This record gives sequence, structure tokens and C-alpha cells, in this order.
Amino acid sequence: MLALLVLWHVAVRLQANPLLPGPLAVAGGLWELAVSGLLLRYVVASLFRVTWGFLLAALLAIPLGLAFGWYRRMELAFNPFIQILRPISPLAWIPIAILWFGVGDVAAIFLIFLASFLPLSVTAMNAVASIPDVYLNAGRNFGLRPSQVVFRVLYPAVMPQLIIGLRITLGIAWLVVVAAEMMAVNSGLGFLIVDARNAGNRYDLVVAGMVMIGVIGLLLDIGVRSLERIPSISWGYSDD
Amino acid sequence: MTSAAAHPSAPATSATREPMLRAEGVSMIFGRGDQAVNVLDNVSLEVGKGEFVCLLGPSGCGKSTMLNVIAGFLTPTSGRVLIDGQAVRGPDRRRVFVFQERGVFPWLTVEGNIGFGLFDLPQAERETRIAHYVEMVGLKGFEKAYPRELSGGMKQRVEVARALAVDPDMLYLDEPFGALDSITRLVMRSELLRIWEAERKTIIFVTHDIDEAVQLSDRVIVLSARPAKIQTIVDIDMPHPRDISSPRYLELRDGILDAIGLAHKV
Ligand SMILES: Nc1ncnc2c1ncn2[C@@H]1O[C@H](COP(=O)(O)OP(=O)(O)OP(=O)(O)O)[C@@H](O)[C@H]1O
Ligand SMILES: [Mg+2]
Repeated sequence: MLALLVLWHVAVRLQANPLLPGPLAVAGGLWELAVSGLLLRYVVASLFRVTWGFLLAALLAIPLGLAFGWYRRMELAFNPFIQILRPISPLAWIPIAILWFGVGDVAAIFLIFLASFLPLSVTAMNAVASIPDVYLNAGRNFGLRPSQVVFRVLYPAVMPQLIIGLRITLGIAWLVVVAAEMMAVNSGLGFLIVDARNAGNRYDLVVAGMVMIGVIGLLLDIGVRSLERIPSISWGYSDD
Repeated sequence: MTSAAAHPSAPATSATREPMLRAEGVSMIFGRGDQAVNVLDNVSLEVGKGEFVCLLGPSGCGKSTMLNVIAGFLTPTSGRVLIDGQAVRGPDRRRVFVFQERGVFPWLTVEGNIGFGLFDLPQAERETRIAHYVEMVGLKGFEKAYPRELSGGMKQRVEVARALAVDPDMLYLDEPFGALDSITRLVMRSELLRIWEAERKTIIFVTHDIDEAVQLSDRVIVLSARPAKIQTIVDIDMPHPRDISSPRYLELRDGILDAIGLAHKV
């Protein structure tokens, strides 16, 4: 890590007309943003949008996906629909999001919602479909009512796969928020990057924004990953 | 001792016991048209209360299918299963299935698994029961362990304990020791016999191992290759513990080998 920073510094120094600002300039940029309070404001704005879009998608997509997986018929009916929507990049929805919701938080949240909804529902659907029959049969054998089977067998059985899905999707949501903020709003880390460029080619601020995006993305991933170590979930990650 | 079933559709029973379970003309065909697989062909049998019966047959003959029908997980194409005169319509906690593939819940600890079926008991009683069965299957000290931290034999014991904990009338065991090494398997067999003698459950035990059948059961129901028919029924008139080198043991075992049409020499 340190070696990479040094390499970056040296590489930039060696060039008369550097393609990138050096690490010191970027650190300076970060400092400037932090002092002015913009950094915190933009990070909070981006996280706010991701949280809402992602949470709404999870709250809707997971129960829906679980239900579809449970009643395979519905899955079959909806599958062509999902297959057509899936290859459309969420970014392709940006104009429509702006048309519907105007420039602002709602448009960005809508885009994140869209980007998260399909992967989450597909994950939930597949997770249910792949529960071994023995677990469901054992649940029924002990006299569980259908609602108890859902809470005591289905739900714990899908958790490991669901968490992988949440992790991947949160990564996607974080990619999408940056893109959405470049066009659909005027705050957030994505906006910071476009704005820094437009307002006087402040590439030190551009790279500072990129660094923040990377760091926060990593922290989000670590956060979801820590769920994988809960004992009642981690069974799905061993080779048992 | 050996009573070949002359009419496979006529219920075969050990005359001395009152029947608890009765399967009448159970047939099972999976799929339809060209893909139809005929798995069970008119199987009728009776099992007495407190009896330990083995269903013995070659791999793939339809033993698991039969046990699943008996347990109510599968509806037969024709025929029916009666327990205490009542038709079986689905699984029931009074009759617990121990699965051939590992059926312990990987997301629950040993305690959680054993207590799984005890959800309607008060907390204190549940804990007493769990402790009792943990002890019985020799897993003391592993109460908080997750299945992935246990050996295959320990997992199998957890599953047996989970089944016993709800105090069922009957146990359906589908090759429960099939995946274990031969030493663990022997230990598990004598543990199962000890439990059976202590609790007097009615046990239907599926196996493809002739020695296992003769060592454990009161009666061995021998099934043919697919589609499974009852080939013969052998009463094992030996008290436990059984001397597996006694002439009677060898005679019974060889009788079954003969019935299946296998030579005694390898
Ligand atoms: N749901 C199903 N659909 C179609 N075929 C099935 C189904 N379940 C079982 N079979 C077929 O029925 C036959 C008997 O299967 P079963 O599991 O009852 O055999 P088994 O005697 O228990 O074998 P093993 O000793 O290997 O466990 C097999 O040929 C299997 O392919
Ligand atoms: Mg089987």
C-alpha cells in the first residue's frame, strides 16, 4: 500500500506534464474538502441515497423473490419479464428517472432501487429453489405450520446465499449512485467529481472523490462481510 | 423362520404382534408416458407395535421411496398406508423420519437441532429434554457446537436425538449409518438397539446391508430389485445381544443371501 503510494508519487514527479495529480495534491484536496465541510456533506448525501434505494429494494425484492421461489409457477410467469429487464443497465434509466422525478434525491434513489431490485429478487428466488428437500421435509415432519416452516427453515436456509446477494448488490448500488449523481443531482461524491472538473479542472479534487468512493465501497463490503461470520449463517461458507 | 411371501399382495405379518402399521398394495410410478419409472410394485406389509423391522434391498430398488410413502412425504400412485387404522395423509410428529442424506439443520447448534421439534413445550421442560437426549447420544460438551464442527457420526447422532426428543411412537430410519465408517457404524448400531430397548419405539429401518439387517431387526423384509416387490420376509428369532458368529446368525444371513440369489463366497 505504502509502496504503491510512493510509486505514484515518484511517477508523477518524473513527468513534466503529469497525467494525474500526485498523492500529496490529492491529500491536500481531501483536506480542503474536509475543512470546508463539503466532504462530509457529499458522503452523507451519497450514503443517504444508497441506503434508501437499497433498503427499499431489499424490503420489496427479498420477500417477493422468496415467494416466487416458493411458488415456482409464478417464477415461470415472471421469468421472461426479468430476463428482458436484466440486461438493461440501470444507467440507461437515468433520462427516464429525471423525466419522472426531476433532478434530485428521488431520481437517484429510484435508480439505485432499480439497480438493486433485480439482482436481489433473483438471488432470493434461486436461494429458495435450492433449499434441499430434507430440510423442508424435516420441518414438516415436526409438525410445523407453513408460517413456521418459513421462519424456522426457509429463512435460515436461504440466509447465506442472501447475504452474498446483498453484498454484490450493495457493490452495484454504490457504483450506480456515483453515476446517478453525475447527472441526476447536484450533491454527492459523483457530483463532486463532475463539478471539480467543470469548475476549473481541479483534478486533485476529482481524484480525492475517487479515493473516497473506493474507501467507502470497501467499508460497505467489509460491513456486509462481517455478517457472514455469524455462526448461524456461516455454515453456508464452509465446505460442509 | 423363513416365510416366502407366496402372494406378494397379501399382507405379510409376524403373526404374534398386533399390527400398528399396514401398507396395502402400495405402487409408485414416477413420471408418465415414456419416462415413467415403476419403482414400487404392489407392496403390502404390516409392522407390529414396538417391532424393529428392516427393509432390505439393493441400491436403487425403491426403499427410500417406500419409506417416504409410509411417512406421508410421498403419495403412492395406488394403494395406501394405514396406521392404527387411519390412512396416512402427511408427515406427523408422532412418526419421525431420520434422513439418508444429512438432515440436521446446519444453522442450528446441537441443542437447537435436538430441541427443534419441542417448540410447544415450556422453556424449562424443553431444556430438560434436550439435556436428556444430548446425554443419551453421548454429545455432552457439544451442546453449543454447530454441525460443521461435528464428525459424520456425531451429526447422525444429533439427528437421531432430534427424532427421539419429540417422543414419537415410530422412527423411520433411512440408511442412517450408510455414510459412516464400519467401526462407527457398529457403535451406532448397538446404541440404537440400546435406545430401542429402553424406549420401545416401533422402528422401520431401511438398509442395503444384510448383516446390518440381521444384527438389528426382529424381522427383515427383503425387497427385490426395481420395481420393488416383497421377495421374502425373514423372522430373526435371536435375542439381543446377538452373537454374530453363532451358527444361527450365519444360517439366517445365508438364508437371506439365498433368497436374493447371491452366492455365499466372494
Ligand atoms: N422423485 C422422483 N422422480 C423420479 N424418479 C425417482 C424419484 N425418486 C426416486 N426415483 C427413482 O426411484 C428409484 C428408487 O429410488 P429410491 O431412492 O427409493 O431407492 P433406494 O432403494 O432408496 O436406493 P438407495 O439404497 O441407493 O438409497 C430410483 O431409480 C430413482 O431414480
Ligand atoms: Mg435410499
